[in-house]
Amino acid sequence: MILIPVFLSIILIYTVFAVYAERKISGFIQDRYGPVEVGPHGIMQTVADLIKLLIKEDIVPQSADRKLFIAAPAIVFSAIFAGYAVLPFAPGLEASRASVGVFYLLAIISLDVIGLLMAGWGSNNKFSLYGAIRAVAQMVSYEVPLSLSVLAVVMTCQTLDLQEISYQQSLWIKDFSTVSDANYLFGIQSWNINLTEVGGFLTWNIFRNPVLMVGFVVFFVASLAECNRAPFDIPEAESELVAGFHTEYTGFRFAVLFLGEYAIMLLVSFLASILFLGSWNSPFPNIGFIRLADWTNGYPGTFSGIAWGTFWLILKAFSLIGLQMVIRWTYPRLRVDQLMFLCWKVLTPLALVIILISGFWRLLMN
Amino acid sequence: MIQSNVKQGAKNSYWGSVGEGVTSLWKGLLLTFRHLFQALKYKRTPIGVENKDYFSFDKGIVTLQYPHEAIPVPDNGRYRLHNEIEDCIVCDLCAKICPVNCIEIDAIKSTEEIGKTSDGSTKRIYAGTFDIDMAKCCYCGLCTTVCPTECLTMTKTYDYSEFDIRNMVYHFSDLTPEQAEEKKRLYEEKQKEKAKAKSSEAAKPSADKPASSEKTGTPKPAFKPVVKPPVVTPKKEEGSDVKPEDKTPSGDQQSEEKKPVRPVFKPVIKAPASSPKQAEDSSAKPEEKSGDSEAGQVKPEEKKPLKPVFKPVIKAPSSTPKPAEEGGEKPEDKAVSSESGEVKSEEKKAPKPVFKPVIKPPVPKNPPSGEAEQEKTSTSSEEGKQASGNTKPEEVKKTAKPIFKPVIKPKPKQEGEQGDQ
Repeated sequence: MILIPVFLSIILIYTVFAVYAERKISGFIQDRYGPVEVGPHGIMQTVADLIKLLIKEDIVPQSADRKLFIAAPAIVFSAIFAGYAVLPFAPGLEASRASVGVFYLLAIISLDVIGLLMAGWGSNNKFSLYGAIRAVAQMVSYEVPLSLSVLAVVMTCQTLDLQEISYQQSLWIKDFSTVSDANYLFGIQSWNINLTEVGGFLTWNIFRNPVLMVGFVVFFVASLAECNRAPFDIPEAESELVAGFHTEYTGFRFAVLFLGEYAIMLLVSFLASILFLGSWNSPFPNIGFIRLADWTNGYPGTFSGIAWGTFWLILKAFSLIGLQMVIRWTYPRLRVDQLMFLCWKVLTPLALVIILISGFWRLLMN
Repeated sequence: MIQSNVKQGAKNSYWGSVGEGVTSLWKGLLLTFRHLFQALKYKRTPIGVENKDYFSFDKGIVTLQYPHEAIPVPDNGRYRLHNEIEDCIVCDLCAKICPVNCIEIDAIKSTEEIGKTSDGSTKRIYAGTFDIDMAKCCYCGLCTTVCPTECLTMTKTYDYSEFDIRNMVYHFSDLTPEQAEEKKRLYEEKQKEKAKAKSSEAAKPSADKPASSEKTGTPKPAFKPVVKPPVVTPKKEEGSDVKPEDKTPSGDQQSEEKKPVRPVFKPVIKAPASSPKQAEDSSAKPEEKSGDSEAGQVKPEEKKPLKPVFKPVIKAPSSTPKPAEEGGEKPEDKAVSSESGEVKSEEKKAPKPVFKPVIKPPVPKNPPSGEAEQEKTSTSSEEGKQASGNTKPEEVKKTAKPIFKPVIKPKPKQEGEQGDQ
């Protein structure tokens, strides 16, 4: 329970500075400064924007479906926030170590779609409705390759427990994993190159099962679409739909929707880090007597374990978010038909192939 | 249609499209990353296009953070007007030529030479008001072109917007309103003194002159009206509010009505020709600058021809009707004219001798043949001369007046002028 306010405050602080970072990064990419006036280097710009947002008038359109309109932002954000419940932040630090963590997470963030549809429908605005319809079509579609790529990881790890998946990629696989007790190079036991004591990036899932490198790309692309981030932002599509499903929202309700948008960015980045990039484990391996992995990891349950674990997981997640931002300011928005082409004719078959290969790869692992 | 062998975009195969997508996306990412890191390293410095490095900044941030940094403006930038009031001779040329009437000048004649400008011109007029409304200014630069002393210039200051448009009016006068009032009062007192002196002196000489002159009887009456009108009108023109009036009259001076405007000239013009008038209008500089020299030169010349000059003036029977018109206009003008003009007129009224002549002229024109009237007219004409010529009369009352008096007053005043001198 104590982790709820912790996560909430982390999300809030992260959102404030992620918006700032996004504006700075987009500025630099376009050869300009981002915000510069509020605070040193404009770092308080988002705080000022937030204050402005919160003191704005709360408008509910007269012809809107009031109940849906008011409930939608809460559903969107709570669905996304509920996903944080099963995230392992560090060894021994998670809100709920559900044995069906991955399944729960994918299921609960699917509720996001319902919230978006409520917002778009309840606004009684054609732009909002169009945005909502696009959002539903896109998110339902992209949940297929997303789920399939996650399924490949689950097959590799033989578990739905996110903490268990994290332990399998750590130095303590022998002590804490209930599935495996050793890591081998590329997961191939017959080569007999035992990396259990080496750790580092070599025991990440994308190295335990190299085909997951491709799976990671599929997951990442699908997660972009799941977040409605550019280049998959056709639900919001400023140039076509004003602001999509949240066109009619003002003040605090808009802030909540905005918060939900950045929260799901962080959530999928956490998920990608946990599933593919070694979770809360350090990327540095032990090389002979240079015990980099030992120095940059803490034993599960200790303070250093929590500190290092939190540090590495957040660092990985933020790196992915940075990549998401650069991608947003690089690529043009996809057309709806291109979106569906990419989803059903590229990513989904690719994910199926990955699952097939992962199934065989699992046979090579212990 | 040409069958292209290039398989790209929609013409590509499935695997070709996938491959093309991956490579182009990768290139795009590299491009944005390159800009991202270059922006952290490089920044364009704010230099003008005249700098040889201007085109060498081809990477990094290009933003100019304007209020904090600005591209330097060349020294010959032509933006906000600035008047170096110490060099200003208040010739009013800038106000006259301004196409949008954004310059407002209230000239106050001095009782003595104020000083010299940095280029040696003599200053004889105070600028009671020298306001430039930059909100009206169209930046045509005409005023700086006509400025004889080049005291009015355009500076390279371009960022001077204001929240209140009234703050766009720039005051260049170095006199406070109180000081300006003081100068006016001094000038008017001086004028009154002169008028009295002249009237007292002129009474005798006038009687003599008319007798000496051939056409004494008829010409005198005609004269009076002619002279008076100018007195009034010039003052009005000088009034700060009447700029437009100034412009039109100046341009039209050749016309009869305008003649009265510049009493000073009339004498010159009538007899010799219109050339002097034109000179005044066309080139204020020579007059102003060489005011001293001219005054010296003119005096002798004028004195000699004085009588002959007057005759023509007197002859100007055509001008007599004008005075009548002018006389009728005068009262109106006075009412309309600027406060300063009104004040002056009121004050003058008190002295009666001065004003009466002005007002009366229309009525008495024909009947008045008495010496007293002549005297009045002479005094009024003197005032008119002094007042009318913004630049000349003010230049040096001592010198200037003599100059004018001879011209205008010729017949009746000669003695008076001499007396003044």
